[in-house]
Amino acid sequence: MSAEELTITEKSDKSISAETDTLNATGISCAEDEYSVVYERPHTLLDVNMHYCPGCAHSLVHKLIMEAVEELGIQENTIGVAPVGCAVFAYDYMDVDMQEAAHGRATAVATGIKRLMPDKYVFTYQGDGDLAAIGIAETIHTINRGENIMIVFINNAVYGMTSGQMAPTTLVGMKTTTSPFGRDTSVYGFPIKVSELISQLPGSFYVTRQAVNKNTAVRKTKKAILNALNYQKLNKGTCFIEIIGNCPSNWKMTPVESNNFIDEQMVKTFPLGDVKLPSAEDLKQLNQTGDKQPC
Amino acid sequence: METKLMKGNEALAEAAIQAGCDAYFGYPITPQSEVLEYLAREIPKYNTKEHIRVVLQAESEIASINMVYGAAGAGFRAMTSSSSPGISLMQEGISYIAGAELPCLIVNVNRAGPGLGTIQPGQGDYFQATKGGGHGDYKLIVLAPSSVQEMADFVFLGFDLADKYRNPVMILSDGAIGQMMEKVTFGNYTVHKTEKPWATTGKPESRGRNYITSLHIQPEKLEEHNLKLIEKYKEIEKNEVRYEEIMTEDAEYIFVAYGLSARICHKAAIMAREKGIKAGMFRPITLFPYPSERLSELADKAKLFLTVELNAGQMVEDVRLAVNGKISVEFYGRLGGMVPNPEEIVNKLENLISKENVS
Repeated sequence: MSAEELTITEKSDKSISAETDTLNATGISCAEDEYSVVYERPHTLLDVNMHYCPGCAHSLVHKLIMEAVEELGIQENTIGVAPVGCAVFAYDYMDVDMQEAAHGRATAVATGIKRLMPDKYVFTYQGDGDLAAIGIAETIHTINRGENIMIVFINNAVYGMTSGQMAPTTLVGMKTTTSPFGRDTSVYGFPIKVSELISQLPGSFYVTRQAVNKNTAVRKTKKAILNALNYQKLNKGTCFIEIIGNCPSNWKMTPVESNNFIDEQMVKTFPLGDVKLPSAEDLKQLNQTGDKQPC
Repeated sequence: METKLMKGNEALAEAAIQAGCDAYFGYPITPQSEVLEYLAREIPKYNTKEHIRVVLQAESEIASINMVYGAAGAGFRAMTSSSSPGISLMQEGISYIAGAELPCLIVNVNRAGPGLGTIQPGQGDYFQATKGGGHGDYKLIVLAPSSVQEMADFVFLGFDLADKYRNPVMILSDGAIGQMMEKVTFGNYTVHKTEKPWATTGKPESRGRNYITSLHIQPEKLEEHNLKLIEKYKEIEKNEVRYEEIMTEDAEYIFVAYGLSARICHKAAIMAREKGIKAGMFRPITLFPYPSERLSELADKAKLFLTVELNAGQMVEDVRLAVNGKISVEFYGRLGGMVPNPEEIVNKLENLISKENVS
């Protein structure tokens, strides 16, 4: 280190200490133990780096599910099923017992788990290719049987992991690597509205479509997840939470642009909000179980 | 001890209940639908709050095998059954189950193929059952019953082997063994319970999370996993070879056959003896691990092996590998659901012997 560099370092150290003094003088303390924690990572989410692209919705939804598991105190009784797709490594992040299913088969795997352990909380986490293309038969039949599980469906209108091919939910005219001129309905038909489709089945109990592209949306999604997990106590059927996700990498947008794209374009095809709600009578039963309602 | 007259498929289903099968998932297909029907009728009688037992008709064989994955991954004794086209559909799931090392029982009541083929018995799924079947390097333990009694016995054995090695076990039967009625005795077995600390039963504070996966994205890790599987298969080959020999002590000509073919060859061997031919029969019971070593020993004394199968010649390749050129290994097969009678097998043997004498 040269003498000049040393001088600079000393100088900057001094300037930092001067700033600290100023802060102290204004009554703001830097001592750690005097901070109070107002928000932190849920303990059910493992403290590891995630592989998701910057700005991607997956990491946020992972966190929301694990927050809900922690708040409901059901970590010991929760078993998750991961898909094939970007969320294939979900079990590396969520600190609950998990099974990694074959592509599209998560709800069949979840059926196998839940039928044998009806008192456990079981959820699947699936993308649009997994749930709405290759796994649509399993999706429909699982819900038609009214399997008492929560399905979290991330709909970002592309195959993310294989780098941006057309999905069953790709918007009309949307360009992907396999629809380079835009989705042509005369060739590929229209985006599947899974929530509306499965809400017709008597086996579905609670169906909602949410997003996580802004604070208000995140709060609503969290509430939906809490509801869906809580409703498993009722044994009334499948809870289905569709979340409109962004995919900055494959949409070729910045995270901010991709979040705006959800409000500007995605919601036109996939309107947000509840599609099917439990009856007041069903919810009365939930209150009778003695547990506090999360919402 | 209880002896009953039962269909092969029903004996297998009853054995599943007695062997403590917690969950059966299946889809109808001839000639094995009796398994699902029997269990749909009987399992609910055993389902209690203390011991939940499940039978579920799935929407496809694909769903069935993945439900088995879920239940087996949660530590339960789970099984499915089907016949050839349905087993083809399950191959993806079976590969994942083998990769994730989940113990379970898969039953194939083999019919003739390819494609939709026919509902009559066949042995055309030998390669599929013993060489992997799905993608990647893996092995199933394959048990081949040749009687209704063995349809029942191998369920107990199959579940035990699956638990012991954390490996899927297949019972490779056929349309005839599944459909025919014979007497079968129950009550010879103890049900063994295996601890499964790796199962996804919900994570208590006392342990880290359990997860079931066949994904090892780093090549170094996957190779390590593959090598571990190979070690396991070697261990299985060392410990679990099973076979039956009929009149092989002094046999010059030995039929090699499994399942239904072995029943016919047994009769053929007796008929050949009556004609003064020193014939015997060797029946592999485990198709993997294959009884290669014993076949090789027998080849030191015998003049010729005649492999008989209900296919175009599949197991005969394993017989030839075992014998390694020591003696001639011939093949006789019927296809398309056709079943040979013992006379035509004896004729085939006589022709081969006369050719041998001419040369």
